[in-house]
Amino acid sequence: MNEYGAPASASYGAPAAPAGAVSMNAPPVSPMDVAQVTPPQGSPLTAAGLVVARDLKLAFRKRGQWIQPLIFFAIVTALFPLGISPEPSKLRAIAPGAVWIGALLSSLLALEFLFRDDAHDGTLEQYALSGQSLTWLLLAKTATHWLLTGLPLAVMAPLAALSLGAPIGSVPGIVAAVVIGSVALSLIGSIAAALTLGVRRSGALLPLLTLPLSVPVLIFGARATELAIGAESYSAPLYLLGAFAVLGVTLAPLASAVAVRISLE
Amino acid sequence: MAWTWFHRLGSPPYIYGLAGRLTAWFAWPAGLLIAYGLYAGLFVAPADYQQGDGYRIIFLHAPSAYMSVMVYTTMSIAAAVGLIWRMKIAHAVAASCAVLGATFTVMTLATGSLWGKPMWGTYWVWDPRITFELLLLFLYLGYMGLRSAFDDVQRADRVSAVLAIVGIVDVPIIHYSVIWWNSLHQAPSLMKFSKPSMPPEMYIPILAMFLGFTLLFAALLLTRLRAEVLNRERTASWIREVVSA
Repeated sequence: MNEYGAPASASYGAPAAPAGAVSMNAPPVSPMDVAQVTPPQGSPLTAAGLVVARDLKLAFRKRGQWIQPLIFFAIVTALFPLGISPEPSKLRAIAPGAVWIGALLSSLLALEFLFRDDAHDGTLEQYALSGQSLTWLLLAKTATHWLLTGLPLAVMAPLAALSLGAPIGSVPGIVAAVVIGSVALSLIGSIAAALTLGVRRSGALLPLLTLPLSVPVLIFGARATELAIGAESYSAPLYLLGAFAVLGVTLAPLASAVAVRISLE
Repeated sequence: MAWTWFHRLGSPPYIYGLAGRLTAWFAWPAGLLIAYGLYAGLFVAPADYQQGDGYRIIFLHAPSAYMSVMVYTTMSIAAAVGLIWRMKIAHAVAASCAVLGATFTVMTLATGSLWGKPMWGTYWVWDPRITFELLLLFLYLGYMGLRSAFDDVQRADRVSAVLAIVGIVDVPIIHYSVIWWNSLHQAPSLMKFSKPSMPPEMYIPILAMFLGFTLLFAALLLTRLRAEVLNRERTASWIREVVSA
């Protein structure tokens, strides 16, 4: 994958633009082919920081969108006692699974807003042409998405677990597990969201792509939560969850960037 | 000079002809090996001292379980080759693999659950390796679903290739996380690096089945690849010559 697209002025400039420009009768040029004209200005981190700031500002202007997954999470948690039994011992037994299934589903719901708006209004295209590393920009977008969906989930999850009969001492463990696990979920989701950018109705496809890949998060997350509820040491599953999240940070943005570039062609 | 064979692989008419010529070379040995394996396994091999005759389904179950993973690997490698070197034929190979892999996975699940009824007393147990096969089936279905969501074949190729590569990175992690999750499946008795814990009358037919299934997959893959090439090249002029010939 190519890290450096051309600056926007080179491809959209006047017809008489210098070398590297697209002439009218040349074959259509994809963002990848206009590469290596000018090195990007500013470090990838600065650009990533700007993306985070922009996405946060946009998110605060439409708060309703980001609260919906949290409400969804609360509803899913409430369905478990209704569907199984209000008996505390049973609820305590299913609490880890209920919390994590709720987290998985609500993170899925939030994926819809990750790239869609930016793909529609052409922002992603500009990112690809900006000359900055698309990988870093998408990592920044995913990080912002995690700040807006994963982190609130880490606040909601212990409340949900407490309502299902988890002891108060288990709260730090559950928070740690959900904080780390939701990083991995956001990253896996970013790949799936990027892959389905060109699909008109991705509603059913997104879960089909995301959920099988997220199984390790569910297993280790629920295990850590279970151990935390049982007041045992939960560090082993937490480390594995951390390892998975680190792998995700390393590889997922690369895959998302390739997928976004393919979708933009 | 030495690379001309490789470049010719990029030509659809050449691949179409080559696949047609090679199919029989895989299909016949596959048929013979599977016929021998089934006969030797189902009639000749001794009954298991514990499981009786019920264990004999392993002659179908173990090879198809191996194929379900092998085909996913093949599919991902082909997809990666197609994505990296922009080789259309590799994408066609990957596309042909998906249905075959999903079929082997369904076969593994079906034979496994038939074996589970007399041995465990139930058709379905949430055992790690069964669960892994089920997740693998979902991965195949996701790949096929993503592919069918695009009208443009080239875009479908490249997008699904990314998914296949992501999948092959995640498959080992899913496998081990599911294993650590819980286990009551019998320990592997063949794929151990020591001497197999079964007599030669049992493992020779099983090995024949493994090899037979691999060759069967190759033959089916070549046949599907021909169909895939025909479908992709349906507007090309060489198709008319092939079809009228």
